[in-house]
Amino acid sequence: MKHLRSIDELGLEGLTGLLQLTDHMAEINQRPVPKVPALRGRTVASLFFEDSTRTRLSFETAAKRLSADTLTFNVSTSSVNKGESLRDTVATITDMGVDAFVVRHKSVGIPWQISQWTSASIINAGDGAHQHPTQALVDCYTIREATHAQNFSGMKIAIVGDIKHSRVARSNIQAFTLLGANVVLVAPPTLLPPDVSHWPVTVSHKLDEIIDKVDVLYMLRLQSERMAQGHVPTLREYSEQYGLTQKRVLALKSDAIVMHPGPMNRGVEMQIDPSDVKNSLIHRQVANGVSVRMAVLFELLGSGSSLGGQA
Amino acid sequence: MSKSIVIKGGTVINRNSQEIVDVKIENDFVTEVGKNLKGDIQLDASGCIVSSGFVDLHAHLREPGKEEAETIETGSRAGALGGYTALVAMPNTDPPQDSVAVIDFVREQGKRAGLVDVVPSGCITLGRQGESLAPMAELANAGVTLFTDDGNGVQDAALMRRALEYAKGLGITLAQHCEVAELTKGAVMNECSCCTDLGLPGWPAIAEELMVFRDIELVRITGASMHFLHLSTMRSVDLVRAAKRDGLPITAEVTPHHLSLTQELLASYNPVFKVNPPLRSIEDIQALKAGLLDGTIDAIATDHAPHPRRDKEMSLDLAPPGMLGLETALGVVLAEGGCEIRDVVALMSWNPAKIARIDAEHGRDVVAGVKANLCVFDPQLTWSVDPERLASKSINTPYVGRTLRGRVRHTIFKGTTTVIDGQAQR
Repeated sequence: MKHLRSIDELGLEGLTGLLQLTDHMAEINQRPVPKVPALRGRTVASLFFEDSTRTRLSFETAAKRLSADTLTFNVSTSSVNKGESLRDTVATITDMGVDAFVVRHKSVGIPWQISQWTSASIINAGDGAHQHPTQALVDCYTIREATHAQNFSGMKIAIVGDIKHSRVARSNIQAFTLLGANVVLVAPPTLLPPDVSHWPVTVSHKLDEIIDKVDVLYMLRLQSERMAQGHVPTLREYSEQYGLTQKRVLALKSDAIVMHPGPMNRGVEMQIDPSDVKNSLIHRQVANGVSVRMAVLFELLGSGSSLGGQA
Repeated sequence: MSKSIVIKGGTVINRNSQEIVDVKIENDFVTEVGKNLKGDIQLDASGCIVSSGFVDLHAHLREPGKEEAETIETGSRAGALGGYTALVAMPNTDPPQDSVAVIDFVREQGKRAGLVDVVPSGCITLGRQGESLAPMAELANAGVTLFTDDGNGVQDAALMRRALEYAKGLGITLAQHCEVAELTKGAVMNECSCCTDLGLPGWPAIAEELMVFRDIELVRITGASMHFLHLSTMRSVDLVRAAKRDGLPITAEVTPHHLSLTQELLASYNPVFKVNPPLRSIEDIQALKAGLLDGTIDAIATDHAPHPRRDKEMSLDLAPPGMLGLETALGVVLAEGGCEIRDVVALMSWNPAKIARIDAEHGRDVVAGVKANLCVFDPQLTWSVDPERLASKSINTPYVGRTLRGRVRHTIFKGTTTVIDGQAQR
């Protein structure tokens, strides 16, 4: 595997392989000294053109636990602000000897464009509203960990909220359905993409109609600018229709799981404190983020090296 | 007296005839059409079609303002290589073509290059801002016959109505870029299942169709003549077909790329495929082709839109829309347009010459006495595009890796050979 840019490119085999590899990484992370020399001498550059807390930090932590060197490209202090083109920026960093770029950008397709300009591996850490494959891996791993299910067949997963503008939704729809889940998208029509008829999903516009039937309730963040763009009239109205309230928590099946990719909008899609939900996996999602990203880095850069030894 | 030229052995296509004859050119004019003609210079045309030179209603030559992408000279050379003898220069230059000074400059640069007739179009509104009318009478007096804000549609319906009323008094034609801007904010590609997958904002067909409909109805109440630029959707074709049936003075064009490329190409994330209006579905392509065949669509126009390499290396959302067209139009249309060679000549020469009102010298039958603006092309020759070898200053052709059929062999502009055997003469 050279790049990780979308779940589609990864395919079922790649997806399950990475989930299995994540188990090894989770084991490493349990050790007193959670560090192995597997990627010693390798260099991973973070290229974040958009804000990120958990994704960037978990990639950097993952790289360090595998003993890779890390470079962080900070857009606000970079030559991009002096008008340097993306191609030149990538070429410059490549010349420093980089084995992988972890890229986040507001524009769709940037990871594919960049991979034409460098020989390094590209890991998509989010491109516009398109893909965020490592988040989907984290979410699949987290569901697997909680349910002990090797695949998701027969599982009903609702993804609730702003599907239209969500790269997390696009990656998760691909990943969940690859693993056999029945996915239902829950959103007002204004927050759905123009045509989802070719996606292997069902659609509901009413959260209350499906809430008592789902095994996983996956809440998406609603960005407040969606209101200004007329996608929803008011945040209050949105949270009444699609937010997770105490009443809706009570309507969930007793073993249903609640997830959210973060950052949460409390008072919008999350009307309650997630710790009030018995089966909230939101903290597990963050915790598993490091293990999953270690698996991705090792898969792309670790050919020939083993996971044994002490750093 | 200059040397005489004879085009030997080609099939001359005229409106009411098609036969293998020689064509003799002396002093800028066709002087004789017949068998066994002799001249100082002989151009072999065996296996080729000889027609009036092509006329492009829609070329962005980028001068003044964006000479990094194209100049009037390089664009003219690209045009000559594509068989064109006249190019209508779009007005979205910097400064825009909304004053006589800029119009004169563009025309003079065209004359200096001397490779095609460069026919400047004028803006409908000042600065293409859509707020107040450009001095259309002054521009018309300076010889402008086609007016457009291309790149922008005129959004304000009342202003467009005034523009059409005013145009009627001047006997000029307004050409609309149909796009309701509120519906296409941030749009990168056609609104379709593919944009759903890619998470890209969609450019819905209705954004074009609403303005086509609005302008048809404005033509109905004003009686002014109107040309629709680069139509791209099935229902646009239906609307124009119905309007023509009602006898309204409306003409329409499509581009070679909207006849040959589909929205799915955007999944390559290559901004070379970003264009405005966007590439559409295969069903739209079929409807456009049907429109060509039944006369709903009058012309094939390139929307030649050069952009420097660095601009097309930006992300999909930031890269400017547009693709090259002049050098590939014939090869694309013959390979994929689905029409007869005679129709191609009508769509690329006869009809656009009339729409641009340059039919005194362009788009004429090849007979003795007409100005020698001619194109000689091999309709069977297959070739592939090497972007580095194009005459255009830019390389943003979407046809790399595709096989085109039909290539220009010779172009004669006002009696002078601008292209011989596929090579630009200067």
